[in-house]
Amino acid sequence: MIGSLSGAVELGLLYSLMALGVFITFRILDFPDLTVDGSFTTGAAVTAIMISHGNSPWLATLVAFASGLAAGACTGLLHTKGKINGLLSGILMMIALYSINMRIMGKPNISLLGVDTIFASISPLVFMLIVVIIVKLLLDAFLHTDLGLALRATGDNSRMIRSLGANTDSTTILGVSLSNGLVAVSGAFVAQQSGFADISMGIGMIVIGLASVIIGEAIFGSGSVFRATLAAVLGSVVYRLVVAFALRVQWLDASDLKLITAIIVIVALVLPTARRSVKARSAARRRSLELAAAAAAPKQGGVR
Amino acid sequence: MLELSQVSKLFNPGTADEKIALTDIRLKLAPGDFVTVIGSNGAGKSTLMNIISGVMKPDYGEVLIEGKPIHALPEFQRSRWIGRVFQDPMAGTAPRMTIEENLAMAYARGKPRGFRLGVNRSKRAMFREQLQRLGIGLENRLRAKVGLLSGGERQALSLLMATFTKPQILLLDEHTAALDPARAELITRLTDQIVRDLGLTTLMVTHNMEQAIRLGNRLIMMDKGRIILDIPEERKRHLTVEQLLGEFEQISGHQLSDDRIVLG
Ligand SMILES: Nc1ncnc2c1ncn2[C@@H]1O[C@H](COP(=O)(O)OP(=O)(O)OP(=O)(O)O)[C@@H](O)[C@H]1O
Ligand SMILES: [Mg+2]
Repeated sequence: MIGSLSGAVELGLLYSLMALGVFITFRILDFPDLTVDGSFTTGAAVTAIMISHGNSPWLATLVAFASGLAAGACTGLLHTKGKINGLLSGILMMIALYSINMRIMGKPNISLLGVDTIFASISPLVFMLIVVIIVKLLLDAFLHTDLGLALRATGDNSRMIRSLGANTDSTTILGVSLSNGLVAVSGAFVAQQSGFADISMGIGMIVIGLASVIIGEAIFGSGSVFRATLAAVLGSVVYRLVVAFALRVQWLDASDLKLITAIIVIVALVLPTARRSVKARSAARRRSLELAAAAAAPKQGGVR
Repeated sequence: MLELSQVSKLFNPGTADEKIALTDIRLKLAPGDFVTVIGSNGAGKSTLMNIISGVMKPDYGEVLIEGKPIHALPEFQRSRWIGRVFQDPMAGTAPRMTIEENLAMAYARGKPRGFRLGVNRSKRAMFREQLQRLGIGLENRLRAKVGLLSGGERQALSLLMATFTKPQILLLDEHTAALDPARAELITRLTDQIVRDLGLTTLMVTHNMEQAIRLGNRLIMMDKGRIILDIPEERKRHLTVEQLLGEFEQISGHQLSDDRIVLG
């Protein structure tokens, strides 16, 4: 039990960089970016091919980051300069990346067993804890710089930030690019930890990322940038704990996970809107009762 | 300071709903001019503002600031010279960001945005000082999310954000129209005070006739995409609302129709 618990935490940290990437597009830019499914695999593919050809795992991870940045920049360009709908830009890039990933790997699966990865000498849990804390704090700092503020405003009120002199096309491209860079690094670490890269390992990543962000916000809040990024990281860990727990349930199969994840996201998306409309309706009802009472009052006064 | 020559703008050219928004607009503002703009619904006032600020490009004609033609530049590049306040109080601020972060973004107007901290101690002190001038207590709420502010407070903040970097041109498009009378009066007072203090060259669209006469040193009247009357300071000082409306009817041949009109 302890073993599977620490295993879940480890996985949560490995995937939390991906969750931070999804947080940047989904929450900060308000841009539903589906590139993630492709760029996660790209990160894994680049790392696996480079390491298995004898390159340093550190260099491989760095190149994975760069390839994620490039993939994201393409999506950003399609959306801003090509004026293609955001969802569609991401889907197009995701499909394109499938072929590109296949080209990179040369075959659907690359094993890293018996080759030295970053985790050959460091425990993944400790290493990821350090990396995730550093990345989170760097991201927080960035989001408080002049450029970071412009990025946040692009998702919050793009008309305003344009009138204050920021090129929102550039900030969008920057944000989507950075997001996919983080996603690719997450893929790079996952490949090294699990000992393989697979062409289909990115499928459903976007939903897992969304689930992590949403679970994190629900439990840990999102009042400030510091809180929100922390929530994305912890949300990823909680998600893996939920998964570990679900896998112990007798009548659930591992293949049911995607369905469970989708349900978590659906519930989390529907609940707030539903709660708001119920609240609004009861407020409207109370107010109209008040108004009716106020209208009736003078009449009663007249009867005496 | 600001010059428009022969500016024209058509919407949906060549279709059934072709709309002439501006025709042959010629306008020249001297430094420090504070011009109020009135006109019917659809007269082209907002279009004029959008063409100066770069939200739209003119189909024909030129826009110059300090003699430099700027009509080919995109909006974000013109913002170096132009401050704007929109009619919608929600439009000028970012709700999920704090007051000080919003001010920091306005402070970075016209400068390259890099990896410098948006809000540091010295900027915060400066923001606090600026907010004090508004006199509505925002200086004590620097870290509050702007989404929590009332419409009037947000509009006061927008006004400060548009002006405190002293842009060459200030554009105000019915920026008090969405507020209740008391708050509208507050924003009007602040506008007058800030524009005078900083000597900003200003173009202000208003639907309040009394305000249009009382504020500024010049008044222009628009109708059907044209400037039909340009009243200089000496005449404006003695003008009444009745005279103004009469003059409009006489020149345009119809009554001034504005769904938000306020006479005084
Ligand atoms: N984006 C657009 N597409 C098509 N027509 C437009 C567009 N914007 C404005 N128009 C039309 O151009 C004309 C001028 O509009 P504009 O908004 O400049 O008027 P206005 O003087 O600001 O009016 P109001 O007092 O109602 O704000 C109107 O007839 C309007 O319908
Ligand atoms: Mg208008």
